Amino acid sequence: MALSETVAGPKRPATRPQPTASRRKRRGGAGYWIYLLPGAVLFLLVIGAPLVGTIYFSLTKWSGIGDPTFIGLDNYRNLLQDEVFWTSFRNTLAMIVAMVVVPTVVGLVLAAVLFDVIGRKFRPRTAAALRAAFYLPQVLPVVVAGIVWGWILRPDGAFNGLLDAVGLGALRHDWLGDPHTALPSVMAVMIWVQIGYPVVVFMAALQRVDPELYEAAEVDGAGWLHRFRAITLAQIRPETFVVALTCTIAALKVFGPVFALTRGGPENATNVPSYFAYYTFFKKLQVGYGSAISTVLTLIIVAVAVVFIWVQYRSERQDRGV
Amino acid sequence: MAVTLTPADRAVTPRPPRPARDRHHRGASRWIVLTLVTLGALAMLVPFAFMLLNAFKSPGDYSTGGPLSWPSEFYTKGLRTYWTEVDFPVKLWNSALIAGSVAVLGVVVSLLNAYALGIGRVRGRLWIVGLFLLANMLPQESLIYPLYYVAKEIGLYNTRLSVIIIFTVIQSAFGTYLLASVMSTFPRSLLEAAALDGAGRWTVLWRVVFPNLRPTLAVLLIFFFIWTWNEFLIPLVMLIDNSTQTIPVALASLQGDRLMDAPTTNAGSLISLVPAVLFFLIFQRTLARGITAGAEK
Repeated sequence: MALSETVAGPKRPATRPQPTASRRKRRGGAGYWIYLLPGAVLFLLVIGAPLVGTIYFSLTKWSGIGDPTFIGLDNYRNLLQDEVFWTSFRNTLAMIVAMVVVPTVVGLVLAAVLFDVIGRKFRPRTAAALRAAFYLPQVLPVVVAGIVWGWILRPDGAFNGLLDAVGLGALRHDWLGDPHTALPSVMAVMIWVQIGYPVVVFMAALQRVDPELYEAAEVDGAGWLHRFRAITLAQIRPETFVVALTCTIAALKVFGPVFALTRGGPENATNVPSYFAYYTFFKKLQVGYGSAISTVLTLIIVAVAVVFIWVQYRSERQDRGV
Repeated sequence: MAVTLTPADRAVTPRPPRPARDRHHRGASRWIVLTLVTLGALAMLVPFAFMLLNAFKSPGDYSTGGPLSWPSEFYTKGLRTYWTEVDFPVKLWNSALIAGSVAVLGVVVSLLNAYALGIGRVRGRLWIVGLFLLANMLPQESLIYPLYYVAKEIGLYNTRLSVIIIFTVIQSAFGTYLLASVMSTFPRSLLEAAALDGAGRWTVLWRVVFPNLRPTLAVLLIFFFIWTWNEFLIPLVMLIDNSTQTIPVALASLQGDRLMDAPTTNAGSLISLVPAVLFFLIFQRTLARGITAGAEK
């Protein structure tokens, strides 16, 4: 992480503002602040102030019209007793399975196979073409992909048609309309959306692994699985961290696909915190309550990010033997 | 997605498939692996095949033949209906204007921020960079209501400008984080040489730093463009009428509408996907490099 690299900086005495004459030669002059000014103003207006606003509104009862009424922590107390709130966070765990666990594991194997077996034993161009097929869903607007999938999984959609065609017509189902199958269906779509990202990142990562490592292991008689574990996994650990972090954040924030596929239904079976917040803000006009949901989600995301970065920072330090 | 081949790849590829020389993969097993992975890749493409098959089918055809039948005629009315009903060229222009402006402005803001943080090394930069990184991870729900409320108050609601400003900031939060770490490794000797020649900071930024970072900035530009193009929640809330909506919002707001029978849904999705697929094909080389760059940070 780039963060660790800059740690020592602020304590260095040389960065203290000095008389102007010699400033240009110094590393950290006050004069550079001016470059941060436009970005900082925009940041405060578009991210800082609205975030503070949402946290404040979470302590109020407000419909968006008139003045908010301050009610302290009541919204949070209500949240703890709200079945939908707990359901939405349980569904987030399902999203983490579908968007982090499965894609990372499958992505590692696929990337290794594409790079190691297909890229070497066949033409690398074959590997690149196959990789493109896995990556394609990643470049599409996820809502549009969700709408196509919504139609495929409809009772009269293509998936049931496919089941009929292969003689499994008995399994025909309203996949997104039944509370029991809706969540697994959404998960399947999310795996389809997400899988290409780890494949591409891991394949790129494998390019910087020294091929001699593999050759040496081969000479020593290590099998493919053994080499995969001992070399591939160890060498691309930094990328695995980044993929796991970015995918986890994406899973916690997932909104578009749920909006397009199910609108959180049926009976909240696929509701997720971000859709729950959106619905509470704009359909139920409970701005205070929606703000509380958003604030809890924000806190969880910040906590997850901090833990991830801290764990990675520590493991990097251990690698360097610090 | 073309990758730059490493020399090792080149050395290995021309070797003819002679099983005898292959120490660990007998001839058959690598073909099995290829077959399995190819089947997986084809399975990924099946939804696109379904969409194409049904985008050119008449509603009558769909109700008699079902979703898997071959269309009895090449039916383009679904496409034309969607195109005219949503006034697709306007949506295309809105998406392009918003994503294009955000890409350019976002890169400029990122560059300025990162110049102060990565090269200027202003005090507390670790915390500032960390703040930008966290900001990029925030759920948009935690910003949306105040943004929506203020936009209404100051007359920016339902304008493309509001979405451009918001995404410029959100994207540049990531760009600042990325560029600051790239710039912190910028060769000091170049900066010092320029300073000795009497170049001020502004000149150094545009004459020394900018040209050296151009490839990274290009990748960032493309990323910002595509990310903004694909955004949904904020455009959904901010853009409510036909003249301002983007492509994904237009399609989503017609969902469930009587107009959207199965063939029209597929036709509309097809049209909406085409630009994204085109960007992907045009920029794939740069993107492949960029994803690597992003992952290493």
